[in-house]
Amino acid sequence: MTTQAVTVYVPRDSAARSVGADDVAAAISQQAQANGRDVTIVRNGSRGLLWLEPLVEVDTPQGRVAYGPVNADEVAALVGAGMLDGADHPLSHGITDQIPWLAGQQRLTFARVGVIDPLSAASYQEFGGITGLRNALALSPEEVVTQVTESGLRGRGGAGFPAGIKWNTVRNAPGPLKFICANADEGDSGTYADRMLMEGDPFLLIEGMTIAAHAVGATEGYIYIRSEYPDAIQTMRSAIEIAYAHGWLGEGILGTSHNFDLFIRVGAGAYICGEETSMLESLEGKRAVVRAKPPLPALEGLFGKPTVVNNVLTLAAVPTIMSDGAQAYQELGIGRSRGTQVFQLAGNIKQGGIVETAFGISLGDLVNGYGGGTRTGRPVHAVQVGGPLGAYLPTSRFDLPMDYEAFAEAKAMVGHGGVVVFDDTVDMAHQARFAMEFCAEESCGKCTPCRVGATRGVEVIDRIRFADDADSHAANLVVLEDLCQVMTDGSLCAMGGLTPMPVLSALEHFPDAFEPANTAERTSRTEVTP
Amino acid sequence: MTVPPLDQGSAGGNPSQRVREIVADHRDDRGALLPILHAVQTEFGCVPREVIPTIAEELNLSRADIHGVASFYRDFLDEPAGRSTVRLCRAEACQAVGAGELVESAKQQLGVDMGNTTPDGDITLDEVFCLGNCALGPSVAIDGTTYGRVDAARLAALIASARNRVGANQ
Repeated sequence: MTTQAVTVYVPRDSAARSVGADDVAAAISQQAQANGRDVTIVRNGSRGLLWLEPLVEVDTPQGRVAYGPVNADEVAALVGAGMLDGADHPLSHGITDQIPWLAGQQRLTFARVGVIDPLSAASYQEFGGITGLRNALALSPEEVVTQVTESGLRGRGGAGFPAGIKWNTVRNAPGPLKFICANADEGDSGTYADRMLMEGDPFLLIEGMTIAAHAVGATEGYIYIRSEYPDAIQTMRSAIEIAYAHGWLGEGILGTSHNFDLFIRVGAGAYICGEETSMLESLEGKRAVVRAKPPLPALEGLFGKPTVVNNVLTLAAVPTIMSDGAQAYQELGIGRSRGTQVFQLAGNIKQGGIVETAFGISLGDLVNGYGGGTRTGRPVHAVQVGGPLGAYLPTSRFDLPMDYEAFAEAKAMVGHGGVVVFDDTVDMAHQARFAMEFCAEESCGKCTPCRVGATRGVEVIDRIRFADDADSHAANLVVLEDLCQVMTDGSLCAMGGLTPMPVLSALEHFPDAFEPANTAERTSRTEVTP
Repeated sequence: MTVPPLDQGSAGGNPSQRVREIVADHRDDRGALLPILHAVQTEFGCVPREVIPTIAEELNLSRADIHGVASFYRDFLDEPAGRSTVRLCRAEACQAVGAGELVESAKQQLGVDMGNTTPDGDITLDEVFCLGNCALGPSVAIDGTTYGRVDAARLAALIASARNRVGANQ
């Protein structure tokens, strides 16, 4: 029995912690002591194979060996079976990097997540961090913007607006005070990549924002993180402190004349803050009521100053572009969707987690290939892509490539890359109703079609579901379609404008669910209109 | 998290003095109102109506402005919640794995409706739309800690442990 020192990785990611990673780390530490083994436990981010969490990795001469899902009460037996030496075991998945699920991905943005200690500046640099910033600082702002434009990078928050064009608008805007804002108000159900990145590789976001600051001439930045993410907030705060200490933030970044200060702001439980203008209002200390555009935030954003507002993953893609070149990034993907997207498999899925791969992979390959179908083992019935405002798609659309334009053509959206799977027990009329209910709950109240329309939508859907006769059913379907049109056309932002998407897609692809005969038997678990 | 009654908090008997200190801590922050309201919420377990004039005066804003902001956001409470808050995710990804049934079970286990507190003041039952744990649902957050793959039995154990914790702190 060897007594060599060994490094063991137990994720600190809140998904891993939600299923007992802290207890597992404590148990490993205890077992190491009991067995007289010299063990260093590194709390890394998650590798993204979430169904295997807590996923423990043991460093061996052959590479890191993965075990999972590990329960704290199994640790003693695992250590007894030689886990600390990478021994074979039913819970072992072999060398982590060779697990097909992981090996088939193209991890650029998530390259370090789960690999390194998220708060080790040394590891960050060892695995390629700060190279992009160094390269960017050696270029003029204009050249950096050109690189980002040529990479084809589009906003990862959902709208898919070309990042380089936005940056160029801010760069050309006059004024001594400009801001970089990272939108980390990741409120869409089925999306968690922002959180995992902030918890697993926080320096990457800092580096991306610092590059953006140089590119547009900004000196101050804010990361707006939702309060539902306490671990991400804490990790980002620590990372910012460390970044200042290493000269990656503050005055004279990396010995240049460039200055950039970065602050965290915490949301307060309002979904609407994921919309960029309401996020700016919130950052200003106001009610998060959506602003009309124009003026564009790029010209009159935070406190009326030129502002870059980008999603976490957009900013986090930039260091890779600046280190590996725009060309390499641009070569990935299809059509006008370039580079990689961080897809998030969620809901009723057997193998949920992070799949970062080039645009163009089909929806079916994600759900059935990577996802392995449903967790319950029942047939997949519907998939909601792109968050609560995205379309519900049937399995007959599994051929759709993950591509902004292809999805738009199918009256759906890629959004932030979240994929939520439902099995055949789902009541699609209930899901349509929930979309309206959620909109009524979370509307900021600015636009009448959204504020009032969503409540009317809940009522109309109930009248369709519980219609007494065919005439009333048909008449209310007309009302619903009309209402959806008004919401789409008459709302300033995506909240009211896109809530009809899940509703109408459910109606189009799953019309049977709206038949009164099919809802009657479900009355026991349905709702009463408030 | 134990929420002390207002008159026994760390602020002593003078909430408005403590609020002035909180405002002073954030004086240099841009758009300081949200950080201030978060600090007040942490300190008092809510944003008490009686401190709103103090915040307004310190920031040179109207009381209506402060009230308008505090009432817009779900995190800022009018009065303190129970000693422990159990929040069940009701968003789509958790619905797909039985969040609806878990909500019903939670209501039965606690004997209260969504948004209410048990009569002994121990547990507030609340809903949340997404905790970012969408592959491991149903998810529940108890006093800021997220738990995944929660079924009715695990929820019962978590509630029991929360009750023990707040009992021990009393």
